[in-house]
Amino acid sequence: MFDNDKNKGICVAIGASHAGVNLAFALRREGWEGQIILYDADPELPYYRPPMSKTYLTNEEDVSVKPLKSAESYERNNIQLNLGIKVASIDCKAKKIVLEDGSTQTYNKLVLAIGARPLVPTITGLANAKNVFPLRTAADVEGIRNSLGGIPEKKVVVIGGGYIGLEIAASLKKVGAYVTVLEREQRILARITAPEMSNFFHELHKDNGVDVLTGKNVTSIEVDNAINKVVCSDSSIYLADIIIIGVGIRVNTELAEKAGLTIENGIKVDSATRTSDKNIYSIGDCTFHHNPHYDKYIRLESVQNAVDQAKVAAASICGKEVVYDAIPWFWSDQYDVKLQIMISFRLHFSQAHNS
Amino acid sequence: MAKITFITSDDDTIILEGTSGSVMELAVEHNVKGIDGNCGGVCSCATCHVHVKPEDMEKTGQASVIETDMLELDDNADKFSRLCCQLEISDELDGVELTVAK
Repeated sequence: MFDNDKNKGICVAIGASHAGVNLAFALRREGWEGQIILYDADPELPYYRPPMSKTYLTNEEDVSVKPLKSAESYERNNIQLNLGIKVASIDCKAKKIVLEDGSTQTYNKLVLAIGARPLVPTITGLANAKNVFPLRTAADVEGIRNSLGGIPEKKVVVIGGGYIGLEIAASLKKVGAYVTVLEREQRILARITAPEMSNFFHELHKDNGVDVLTGKNVTSIEVDNAINKVVCSDSSIYLADIIIIGVGIRVNTELAEKAGLTIENGIKVDSATRTSDKNIYSIGDCTFHHNPHYDKYIRLESVQNAVDQAKVAAASICGKEVVYDAIPWFWSDQYDVKLQIMISFRLHFSQAHNS
Repeated sequence: MAKITFITSDDDTIILEGTSGSVMELAVEHNVKGIDGNCGGVCSCATCHVHVKPEDMEKTGQASVIETDMLELDDNADKFSRLCCQLEISDELDGVELTVAK
């Protein structure tokens, strides 16, 4: 059924989260017989990200994050997992990657599943503030849990009223913290939902005792007696033991850019997730891809997109004709509300994400 | 201990044995095609949708309200649909046959 030689090379993936891990296992299902080698800078066995802003924060037991697959599962499928290792560069001509320690690994097919990192806003004094956390990795969750220190009455200020910020607010409220959300726009979720939805969530948080304040542009943070004073442009001040930063992400495009791949609001890929180099694919949050339902190039920050693109890439690498055509949707859990969100692209997407 | 049969969209039959955890976790761990379990098993993403063989519905029970709400978004859902992250493995489930939803 397959051209066997074709499925016997070395497939390397950089990034082993939802996209990279699902790619590896999908490759095995699709009949890839060659080596599969994953790299990730995160030292943890790859884990589920969605519960990080939800149950991982509220869980009373001292549980660590939940692995996507057990270590044995990688062994059984002969998938080599290299964790805690950073990739320094890609040499497209020689078809090899260079690791931080200078060693190299050749590939026949390379998949960039390099995701994104939290955006750090320019706020005076942020670097010296106490207990500041974004939320992207297991280490961030651990940091937040540790700084709560089993004392529930801590004051938490969440900068940014997007989904991540609101989910964290709901979770920390649930464990007993005093939570204030500071949103720069005139309504929460302004970039991504209609005013009706913003109102719904605003009321939901208010009813649960979270202060959601809009039109609050944080300009500086001062530390006074080990407590942060979060100062806004309207001169209002909020005290915080813990500050959560949830103002969006920056796509990790640097590796791809240095390698000369086409970048456009993300790593540009075709309908089969191929980049401008025919041996290099890209999947997940970092991709700028075409969606046939909207006939637009878009970038999505979601697990669904990561997993669906992983399957498309795996099939394509194994020589099948495939087209990525999923209808994008997200979910969010806040308090006892489960929300499914279909997105429409009436907004110009690149604008929506670069604001 | 329960032996659970999965039938995938490629008509592959996969029989797995589990002792604990959810049916979704068992399927994901063994790379069963079509069961993604993206949300980690909290009934939020509907990527572990299966159709229970009608005569096995007695063993699995009907979908809960929360599952039914999730399944509303799926055109392929029927009265035998379950989200298998909500099926805890126990002796009760032994011999159940599940067809992975498209």
